[in-house]
Amino acid sequence: MFITIFLVFFPLLVALLLFAFKPAQAKMLALVASIVELAVSLYLAVVFPKTDLAQYVVDIPWVRAFGLHFAVGIDGISLLLVLLTTLLVPFIILSSFNRTIEKASTFYGLILVMQMALIGVFCALDGLLFYLFWEVALIPIYFICLIWGGEDRGRITFKFFVYTLAGSLFMLVALVYVYFQTPGTHTFAIQALYDAGRALPVYEQGLIFWAMFVAFAIKMPVFPFHTWQPDTYTVAPTQGTMLLSGIMLKMGIYGVIRWLLPLVPAGVEAWGFTAVVLSVIGIIYASCIAIVQKDFKRLIAYSSVAHVGLISAGAFTLSTIGVQGAMIQMLSHGIVVFALFYIVDIISQRTQTRTLSALGGIRTVAPVLTTVFVIVMLGSVALPFTSGFVGEFLLINSVFQYHGVLGAVAGLTIILGAVYMLRTFQQSMSGETNTVTAGFADLTGQEKLVLYPIVLLILVIGIYPAPLLEISEPAVASLLKIYSNLSASVK
Amino acid sequence: MKTLVSLVPLFPLLGFLIVALNVRKLTHGVTAFIACGAVLISFILSIVLFTHLLGLPVDQRVLEVTLFDWIKAGNFSTSISFLVDPLSSLFLLIITGVGFLIHVYSIGYMHDDAGFNRFFSYLNLFVFFMLLLVMGANYLLMFVGWEGVGLCSYLLIGFWFKNQAYNNAANKAFIMNRIGDLGMLLGVILIFVYFGSIQYTDVFAKATTIDTGTLTLITMLLFVGAMGKSAQLPLYTWLPDAMAGPTPVSALIHAATMVTAGIYMIARNNLLYSLSPATLEVVMIVGVLTAIFAATIAVKQNDIKKVLAYSTVSQLGLMFLALGLGSFTSGIFHMATHAFFKALLFLGAGSVIHALGGEQDIRKMGGLKKYLPVTFLTFLVGVLAISGIPPFAGFFSKDEILAAAYLHNPVVYGLALFASLLTVFYMFRMFFLTFFGKERAGHDVMHHIHESPMSITIPLMLLAVLSLVGGFMGVPEALGGSHWLASYLAPVFAPSVAVTSGHHHLSHSTEYALMGTVVALTVVLIVFAYIRYVKGNRVPAADTQVGGVQKVLANKYYVDEIYHAIVVKPLYWISATFADIVERPGVDKIVNLIGGSVVPASRGARLLQNGSIGYYIFVMVIGIVLILAMGIIR
Repeated sequence: MFITIFLVFFPLLVALLLFAFKPAQAKMLALVASIVELAVSLYLAVVFPKTDLAQYVVDIPWVRAFGLHFAVGIDGISLLLVLLTTLLVPFIILSSFNRTIEKASTFYGLILVMQMALIGVFCALDGLLFYLFWEVALIPIYFICLIWGGEDRGRITFKFFVYTLAGSLFMLVALVYVYFQTPGTHTFAIQALYDAGRALPVYEQGLIFWAMFVAFAIKMPVFPFHTWQPDTYTVAPTQGTMLLSGIMLKMGIYGVIRWLLPLVPAGVEAWGFTAVVLSVIGIIYASCIAIVQKDFKRLIAYSSVAHVGLISAGAFTLSTIGVQGAMIQMLSHGIVVFALFYIVDIISQRTQTRTLSALGGIRTVAPVLTTVFVIVMLGSVALPFTSGFVGEFLLINSVFQYHGVLGAVAGLTIILGAVYMLRTFQQSMSGETNTVTAGFADLTGQEKLVLYPIVLLILVIGIYPAPLLEISEPAVASLLKIYSNLSASVK
Repeated sequence: MKTLVSLVPLFPLLGFLIVALNVRKLTHGVTAFIACGAVLISFILSIVLFTHLLGLPVDQRVLEVTLFDWIKAGNFSTSISFLVDPLSSLFLLIITGVGFLIHVYSIGYMHDDAGFNRFFSYLNLFVFFMLLLVMGANYLLMFVGWEGVGLCSYLLIGFWFKNQAYNNAANKAFIMNRIGDLGMLLGVILIFVYFGSIQYTDVFAKATTIDTGTLTLITMLLFVGAMGKSAQLPLYTWLPDAMAGPTPVSALIHAATMVTAGIYMIARNNLLYSLSPATLEVVMIVGVLTAIFAATIAVKQNDIKKVLAYSTVSQLGLMFLALGLGSFTSGIFHMATHAFFKALLFLGAGSVIHALGGEQDIRKMGGLKKYLPVTFLTFLVGVLAISGIPPFAGFFSKDEILAAAYLHNPVVYGLALFASLLTVFYMFRMFFLTFFGKERAGHDVMHHIHESPMSITIPLMLLAVLSLVGGFMGVPEALGGSHWLASYLAPVFAPSVAVTSGHHHLSHSTEYALMGTVVALTVVLIVFAYIRYVKGNRVPAADTQVGGVQKVLANKYYVDEIYHAIVVKPLYWISATFADIVERPGVDKIVNLIGGSVVPASRGARLLQNGSIGYYIFVMVIGIVLILAMGIIR
């Protein structure tokens, strides 16, 4: 049980320690700490039993007055996201080593605080605790964007902050409402909330659905709740963008899977179709916008909206295939989008521009970067034997089974994705070199250290995803059991 | 024997990995050795497997190997598993055999290219994926190969990446293929939904229990994939543009192997297609229309590779016609002979282009036969083969398709005949313009002209032999043969034969009459082309001088322009509308308005912001404490 506590609080502990160190030491300490964290979670993955039950559960009464428990535990669904978090954080830290960062101790400290909150979100087994971690996660990323962000960061990060905060207030209201439906002295314990939520009349479940869905939809984000995202991703410092897109948006999808689908099944059955429709609209809408983007980073931001739309649509199909597809695609999207933003960062650092039309010809001078870019791009457009294909195939499969037309429309993502990614690659990498790109230096050793493992992961997960899928399968299947029972009772 | 099966694709994969990981270190010689060696080993293994199958009783000629589970979620599961039966073993031989010759050819052809190593790594990767495509024992693994070869095609079309026109061609090929692939992917998902499995053996065993409407939908979706990969109407326009790639690529990928993936797919699924006659009808119509459509364009092309490209589209149309007629064997037969003679023609064209220092316009060639004797003679064999002159390979396979068409419907026969005769004309037009008549190349070019090196001419000669004798694998009874290929493939197509209402046969006298007609007309056309282009010394006019129908043909019926107007432009228009009108002034504005209404209320709260981080954190902590404290008090 201590392993869960360790995973949640070790980053926080190190974060506090960091302030006592000089910048150079601080960043090494942060890196080492994040690697330790990764090692522990990898160990956990290896020894993890094949069961649908949460393991290493810690349940300590905290505020008895309103039944708040510090309850955390890890099941297969949590574990995959914990793995994603602990995997990406060291790479995110390492990716910042190619530049000097002012107030480095604070910067890395905030990243680690962020990690603590993210892991907390993925492990919380108490509704209020989940909410607390959810909100705490917003604070470090807000400061990362505000202090180290780009032009116009004040206005944009403020919008981001207010937007997502407003969304999560709906969730708080919903959670508290369900809390008051729990028997006896009331509790936020997850199973009690499930039981109470499921007992609500359909109409109220629908309201709860919307309150929770808005919070999650903003976080992911799903159309039309996405407008904070492209601006924020673009203006945030690279590491901030990586945290946001690589890990934080998965909080929204995780929220759907853990705190929405099992909580108000009748509400989901009533409104799930709407959610799928919105998600599918988002895929097409964001893909189209990505096609005409001129700014490399912004383009990737929109592509992320598109990919997340498919994940969300798959999760709301309420099928094991869809939710499992969402799980594996969260991992894949996390590593692919991390690599893409890093590539954007490398290119824009060297050329001082992110405008695609100003680039070109980098392929001639940087063959290693080119190869890496190609593989990452293939992961993004879901070519078979890359990680992206496993997820997108399962997701399209589930949406197509859910609704033929919606599935076919969602499938357009594999065409539109190719349109904007190939165009991006062509504009930035192919053609003749110009004055901006002629002196472009290929990847440094440090950059290779970040990108090679990621590229390898994209391929390995694509070719042999079975071990990862097996981790979450029992938990996903048991989570969705409520729906097969429901439909059985209807029949 | 089963381990051998997995080794076939393994070697090209290893070749790719070794070359790709050392792309800047290996010398050209080592690269050539590794890359060619890998494919040669696969070829030898393919021969071993082939002879092994031959040694087995006819109904047991199947090897299935499962390596490991690939994707598994809920009730969906698929594995990395291979299936080698007569159909796939035939493809194995062609892919690795012709593939090996083209690898050897490339040593000479790419000799001076700085991207030599990169080129060979792509070629090996291509062979790997192509092998997966035909060896996969389930639909998803076929799809892996299907998209994988598309990737290699993309990489090789844009091989000379400094030229943005080539990159555009590469992107176009990838995206157009993806349109088809989406159809195929949805088809595969439907198969899973209705059959509960995507393993061929499970699906075929259950096929007769599924209703026709479902099967029609599934087979149509799969066929959409075939339209993309095998360049059929309306998804064919990427293939002529794909000629931007180095010529060996055009020979291997865009003629002999990859583009026949659609043929393989339908032949593999012959049972499903036989059970959905409506789809077969569509396949037949698309095939015959593509055959004519592309052939008419080829008549007015002046780029030697473009002529061959449209010819490929047209010949693929004939193969689909055969499949659509339910004559699966003839479709596969023509695929095989076409692989020989079209690879030969492309490589021959490459040899010409190589000799002329990159010139591809047949108007600037002429009289090359005495300078390039080997190329000339082997090219002649290729032209005779594609024209269907007996006993060259194309005669037998094409004759079979025409006979099948005749049996079905006189109109279809007429159209197919017309397409084949057009083929004769444009092939000899190109042939005469290239090798006969006046020498129209510039003085400088003629000065440097030389026959290609051995690494180029030997593959040409071997392919010429294959184009000469390849047809003997399917000599019809009417000509005293026993059609070895038909009996070899019989176990694969047996299930279809069982569900279709028996086969009609032409009487021998009718067959002789048909063959006689075709050959006679072919000879007439050759003479016509000879008089026109050799005796008459006629040279196609410059592009600006053509008008009327000719201009329409020279501009390929303006299909690219039409697609641009009805697909590309609207897509960009919609995208720009979303980005500039819906997004900013629309969705975002609404959000800001909602947010803005809160602003007056929060004006007071704004005073609390002073920009100091410490202050924020302090307030936050106080807040949390207050919340918790309030909870306790209550």
